[in-house]
Amino acid sequence: MKSLGSIRRSFAPWADPASKPFISVKNVTKRFGDFTAVDDLSLDIYTREFFALLGASGCGKSTLLRMLAGFEQPTSGEIILDGQSLAGIPPYRRPVNMMFQSYALFPHMTVENNIAFGLKQDGMPKADIAARVAQMLKLVKLEKFSQRKPHQLSGGQRQRVALARSLAKRPKVLLLDEPLGALDKKLREETQFELMDLQQELGLTFVVVTHDQEEAMTMADRIAVMSHGKVIQVATPAEIYEAPNSRFVADFIGDVNIFEGAVGGADGGYVRLEGTNGFPIRMASPERPATGGKSAVAVRPEKIRVSRQPPAHAPVNAVQGEIWDIGYLGDMTVFHVRLKDGRVIKASSLNAVRAVEDPLGYDQEVWISFGEDAGVVLKD
Amino acid sequence: MTRVASALFSRLVIIIPYAWLLFFFLIPFFIVFRISLSQTAVAMPPYTPVFDLFGGLSGILEKAREFSFDNYVWLTEDVLYFNAYVSSVIIAAVSTVLTLLIAYPVAYGMAKAPKTIRPTLLMLVILPFWTSFLIRVYAWIAILKPEGLLNQFLMSINVIDQPLIILNTNWAIYIGIVYSYLPFMVLPIYSSLEKMDHTLTEAALDLGCTPFTAFWRVTFPLSLAGVVAGCLLVFIPAVGEFVIPDLLGGSETLMIGKTLWNEFNANRDWPVSSAVATILLLILVLPIVYFQNAQAKADSEGK
Repeated sequence: MKSLGSIRRSFAPWADPASKPFISVKNVTKRFGDFTAVDDLSLDIYTREFFALLGASGCGKSTLLRMLAGFEQPTSGEIILDGQSLAGIPPYRRPVNMMFQSYALFPHMTVENNIAFGLKQDGMPKADIAARVAQMLKLVKLEKFSQRKPHQLSGGQRQRVALARSLAKRPKVLLLDEPLGALDKKLREETQFELMDLQQELGLTFVVVTHDQEEAMTMADRIAVMSHGKVIQVATPAEIYEAPNSRFVADFIGDVNIFEGAVGGADGGYVRLEGTNGFPIRMASPERPATGGKSAVAVRPEKIRVSRQPPAHAPVNAVQGEIWDIGYLGDMTVFHVRLKDGRVIKASSLNAVRAVEDPLGYDQEVWISFGEDAGVVLKD
Repeated sequence: MTRVASALFSRLVIIIPYAWLLFFFLIPFFIVFRISLSQTAVAMPPYTPVFDLFGGLSGILEKAREFSFDNYVWLTEDVLYFNAYVSSVIIAAVSTVLTLLIAYPVAYGMAKAPKTIRPTLLMLVILPFWTSFLIRVYAWIAILKPEGLLNQFLMSINVIDQPLIILNTNWAIYIGIVYSYLPFMVLPIYSSLEKMDHTLTEAALDLGCTPFTAFWRVTFPLSLAGVVAGCLLVFIPAVGEFVIPDLLGGSETLMIGKTLWNEFNANRDWPVSSAVATILLLILVLPIVYFQNAQAKADSEGK
């Protein structure tokens, strides 16, 4: 059976109608004056899930996270955690902890005291606190830094202290607000995998807010793509990438080429698009838009081939153009191919071998083509 | 050339504050200290020895031999001075604590106020400085005296039937000092609270603190530098305060500023009053040194 993307683990409680969500956001709206930050939003998050809220800044993802933490109260709707409504429960009585974007480490306390802060507040016996702090320091590999103050640490170390502090109380849910936003690229990539391992090891539910799609794709079991206070699509990273439910999601995640046209006649499990300026498109699709209506097909650059000779299926799903730009990225090469009507199509190909005989160059006449299951027919 | 000029400039920038301290603090202090080693005399100026700069070095040295610490010994012999110092420090300390108790909530409220109205609030705190200090202290006499505004008000709403005796007691001094020095406490505390990252409070709430414990474990410790600065800015001038105890305090109120005034003007004993001032300075230098250390520590904590 075909499946979208790579399967990381056989974990999909959202697909099982018998499983109960751990966090249920039900028709939550949050207004600040005239501004609606979160607009009648509903979603379910399951135990042990790594859930990402992804969107541009101002889309309401941070407001939603702050409502889960208890710093903001919904204007209407409610949030259920583990069967209990969170309405009116202040942050200090919620079984969730948050890792702040700015880390919010207490500058007047050592690393050790920062981590022990919440435990002391709960009145845990001293010996237990010491043991828990030691365990947390080990978890984030900061044993040697327990007596340092936050300003004596590097950005990456501070991030780890913030993580250790938010995990020390063993919350049922960990909320992470742009957890890797302040780290440089290399460290960010390493830390992404560490966070995933940690989440698996501790068996916790993570809800992470991020504007970085790569980060969300790497770490999350499921991603909620948000825009203007609404969830546009909730799905696994592979579904979001390969089967976006809208032009917004297709455009937001990764690069995409969009071909518009009029829907042609019935053709089995395929949709035909006519009038896409020179070449007809035939694309596999489970759903069929109404014949004669306008529709669009989204094709990712890596699924577009660039060749000198026309493919066998030409002119369907194939069109001629001229190489306009070439970007060599090492692992792959990006081609910008300019069609006769002036549109520029992005195509990329993996550099699987080190040396290519007679490589494609600027201004060459080429064919671009794609298969009948390479793209997705967009609904809007 | 430009490098030489900029080196010269940076040297100058450093020299100016030191020159200021030298001319307006160190040299006057040495003049006062020298007078404190002299003896009183019916003369102009009223103390001996007076240096005759034309007498040459030997003349100056010979005169210098007349210096003595008699005035300091005298201070220890009369219990009046000791009592005045102790009472000044106690009155200043009590006033400082009262000022802190009033100023902290004010500063906290200002720091939590919407950003747009903060400049207005700051302005209101500084506004009293636009009127003469002396006039404002005199105004308190009109408010606090037995038939004054406060008593009239309290009696009109039947809270009391006998006027409260506040004027000419230590309470009047506390009120005067708290009122006069409040901005010096509010401003440093406000500035330390205002620059604090509010997510620290959220983090404390998130980790299980109620709003009160979050304040006590996070906000207050982080505002300590401002609290220390404010306390010293109030305590140091309050110890040597003269106008407020003289106008509002009773005749039996003993404060070192009043003692100094009496020695200087009523007794015309410049050497003893200079000795009183020198000791006062030593008492005040200790908290200043402490303040400097606290400041340096806060800086190295670097937020």
